[in-house]
Amino acid sequence: MDTSNLDIAYLALSAILFGLGGFGLLVRRNPLVMIMCVELMLNAVNLTFVTFGRMLDDISGQVIVFFVLVVAAAEVVVGLGLVVAMARRRPGATADDLRLLRG
Amino acid sequence: MVELLWLIPALPLAGFVVLLFFGKRIGEPLAGWLGTAMVALSFLVSIVVFIGLWDQPEHTYDLKLFSWIPAGSFHVDLAFLLDPLSMTMVLFITGIAALIHLYSIGYMHGDSRFPRFFTYLNLFVLSMLLLVLGDNLVVTFLGWEGVGACSYFLISFWFEKDANATAGKKAFITNRVGDWGFMVGTFVVFFTFGTVKYSEFLPLSPGLAQSTATLIAVMLFIGAIGKSAQIPLFIWLPDAMAGPTPVSALIHAATMVTAGVYLLVRVNPILAASFSWLPWLIAIVGALTALLAASIAIAQTDIKKVLAYSTVSQLGYMFLAVGSGGYSAAIFHMVTHAFFKACLFLGSGSVIHGMHEEQDMRRMGALRKLMPITAGTFIVGWLSIAGVPPFSGFWSKDDILSYALHKSPVLYAIGLFTALLTAFYMSRQVFLVFFGKARWGESGDAELAAMEAHTAAHDADATTDDARSDDLGEATVAAAADAGPVAVATEHHAHDVHPHESPWTMTIPLVVLAVLSALGGLLNLPFNENTELLNKWLEPVVGANQVHLGLSGAQLTVELVVSTIIALLGIAIAYGVYLQRRVDPERIELPLFANGWYIDHGISVFAGGPGRRLFELVATFDRVVIDGAVNGVGRLTRGGATRLRTVQNGYVRWYALMVGLGAVLIIAFVLTQVTF
Amino acid sequence: METAVFAVCAVIVILGGLGVIFSRNPVHSALSLVATLFAIAVLFLNLGAQLLAAVQVIVYTGAIVVLILFVMMLLGVDTDEDLDVEPLVGQRAFAAIIALGVVGAVLAVLIVGGHDAVTGARSVTAAVADGYENVYQLGRQLFTTYVFALEVTAGLLTIAVVGAVVLSHRPKDLQPLPEPESMTEQGDEPLTVTTEEGGH
Repeated sequence: MDTSNLDIAYLALSAILFGLGGFGLLVRRNPLVMIMCVELMLNAVNLTFVTFGRMLDDISGQVIVFFVLVVAAAEVVVGLGLVVAMARRRPGATADDLRLLRG
Repeated sequence: MVELLWLIPALPLAGFVVLLFFGKRIGEPLAGWLGTAMVALSFLVSIVVFIGLWDQPEHTYDLKLFSWIPAGSFHVDLAFLLDPLSMTMVLFITGIAALIHLYSIGYMHGDSRFPRFFTYLNLFVLSMLLLVLGDNLVVTFLGWEGVGACSYFLISFWFEKDANATAGKKAFITNRVGDWGFMVGTFVVFFTFGTVKYSEFLPLSPGLAQSTATLIAVMLFIGAIGKSAQIPLFIWLPDAMAGPTPVSALIHAATMVTAGVYLLVRVNPILAASFSWLPWLIAIVGALTALLAASIAIAQTDIKKVLAYSTVSQLGYMFLAVGSGGYSAAIFHMVTHAFFKACLFLGSGSVIHGMHEEQDMRRMGALRKLMPITAGTFIVGWLSIAGVPPFSGFWSKDDILSYALHKSPVLYAIGLFTALLTAFYMSRQVFLVFFGKARWGESGDAELAAMEAHTAAHDADATTDDARSDDLGEATVAAAADAGPVAVATEHHAHDVHPHESPWTMTIPLVVLAVLSALGGLLNLPFNENTELLNKWLEPVVGANQVHLGLSGAQLTVELVVSTIIALLGIAIAYGVYLQRRVDPERIELPLFANGWYIDHGISVFAGGPGRRLFELVATFDRVVIDGAVNGVGRLTRGGATRLRTVQNGYVRWYALMVGLGAVLIIAFVLTQVTF
Repeated sequence: METAVFAVCAVIVILGGLGVIFSRNPVHSALSLVATLFAIAVLFLNLGAQLLAAVQVIVYTGAIVVLILFVMMLLGVDTDEDLDVEPLVGQRAFAAIIALGVVGAVLAVLIVGGHDAVTGARSVTAAVADGYENVYQLGRQLFTTYVFALEVTAGLLTIAVVGAVVLSHRPKDLQPLPEPESMTEQGDEPLTVTTEEGGH
């Protein structure tokens, strides 16, 4: 199998992973699991970037992944901070229990 | 010197502002003196400006203070136009206002709202000056509304009594009808000429299409009808007597009510450019108003009501003059009328003051010995309004009658008959108040009881009708209710009435006005061109459209003699009826007249019956359609939101789902656009 | 060789992803996530991104997942989640539709378009050159072309740290979050009908 066909396979894999992450985000109620699902989606995108970088012979794809990693780290930090703040006030709360903004 | 023009309105404005903020602190006598001083200074400045105006080309001076409404092509300045017409108005307005301010210091003595009264009076003078000095229709309208508002404030000055408050409302609402005409007229003027400035659009009016000119003229005429209390909008003026007497003298006799006449004289080129039926209409309305009001006046028992209807009647004369093309005659009569009517009103105020708030003439009599100055000045005013030579009213009324005769003999006949009635009802008033037997105190009680029974029937009649009517017709209650409380109040102090002469602050204005009433005719004696001072003075404003009579000496003599005979005849009849008692007064004072031809009554019936149904229909339309639309929009929004807000269910996963859904839809859309 | 590695890693990635989303216990999810991320690191190596592979292992599996697990243990939120119940009606069906829609769309494009689906010109300047180390190339790009973004990233991290400190700071008067009010209690009264005021 030549590498160019394999590139398509990488893209397909990342699409599946992205779909899994998205489905999990929409379905799971535990905020920590939701954060993990977001990580899944981010990694799926990272994979496509690297794949594109190789397909187009461009190092920029990898540079972008670098930045995505940084943003993901920041997101997790803030997200976990939120989870901690939330758990202090209502231990055991899920994402569904926080709906003060309901109309 | 003419540059001082801005001071004329600025002084009353200053007085108004000071009194508004510090009136209470300034206190009783001083607030009145301050207001009086401001208006008196304004009068002095007017004289200075008047002297300065002689040097101006065409006796015209335009002073622009600042640009008021610069809105694209619509441009209005706050500017003053000083020409012979406005100069005349300014002089007699400030002069008479100063006298009446002085008078009010005595008349309003002890009133709990003494400073406020002078606040309003100063505001009124300011508005009136804006009205006559405005160099465009918008500034005039500003003053027009200002005097209307002041009139309302002052009619309802003693608002503790319901009748006074309703009288104020009636005046205000009736005036609004006229104001509508003024406004539409202004709009049409702007629409036609692109400007509302007198000096810009009046010279263009001869080239105007007749229909347009007529439309403008009719609209402004409606405005004038409302302000100057002509048929059919005169009903508010008699009720306006609910206000303090100086107010009646200043606003509802001398100045404000003449604003309509002023307006018509001001726009005389427009009237000239209209269809020929328009002057006829004005003349007929004026003549009929004069006749109707005079006929009502002969049966009134309230001393101020007689004068009120008399004012309406005299204003009718002025409209008759305008309609007959005698603009200078209208202004002449306006000035002399201001003199003698102010004198009469102030005199009646002095009587009321001396009689302890008694207004019923049937409870007066033989006052001339007790109140000599009041009686003397009142008699001068009476002779003047009755048209006895050589008093001022004779000359001005005759001037108008000359124009009326030139227009049509019928108008002349109506005018003459009205003059007869005028002489009659004024003589009746003078005889009832100052001559005959004293009917105050115990002596007149028996006589009064009979009279009371006679009128009570009518009053009760009117009152029940009014009570039936709703709030729209309630203003008319004021007319009937006026008599009630007075009669009741009289019971208490009927036995301890001690009529007395009024203080000097009240008598000095009376004397000055009496002198002016006697000599006012000198302004415009009809003998030859040189004695027609006012005519010549007003030439630059009205000359082009003024009818030139060219009376021969013989014609003039005949007219003057006829007028004199009519006046003396009226006095003689009244003498026979009221002093010699040859005829029962009730045969003349018909209920029809006493109740003002049942016009108020008719309006009440209409407003209570078919009118009410119409208004309710309108109100229902307002409630169902207008409010319904507004509430419907609100309900629709609220209902829609109630349903839509379920989408905002607070589940963050649900929101994420919506984001995802949107993303999928966008992807789907992009895919449909892609081709490989 | 690459194909074989890819196949193994792809299976691990997909199984790990399924594990993340279908484990009742969050700890199992986290462990599944580690597997997935590790497999992706291997794929990065496969694709010639050695530095990223190392960073992936260090940052994700080494830092982020450990952090998540740490929070889990600290707060005791590692309770099992009842996946049989879904309070939101239709949430799962819609979620499945969306996920399948996205995946299906991408796969359809890839299957139909093949290589043509990837548009864009091949790079000339920033080529993944053979003669240099991957780290050297990345660093060079980061500190030349993307230096501004790099600086902003530094700011972002600082803000995130401050935010985390503020969020996890325990306030003195800690109030339990209220239960959401029911819909009818939130001012649902009808508009005031103004018939009484009709005479204004």
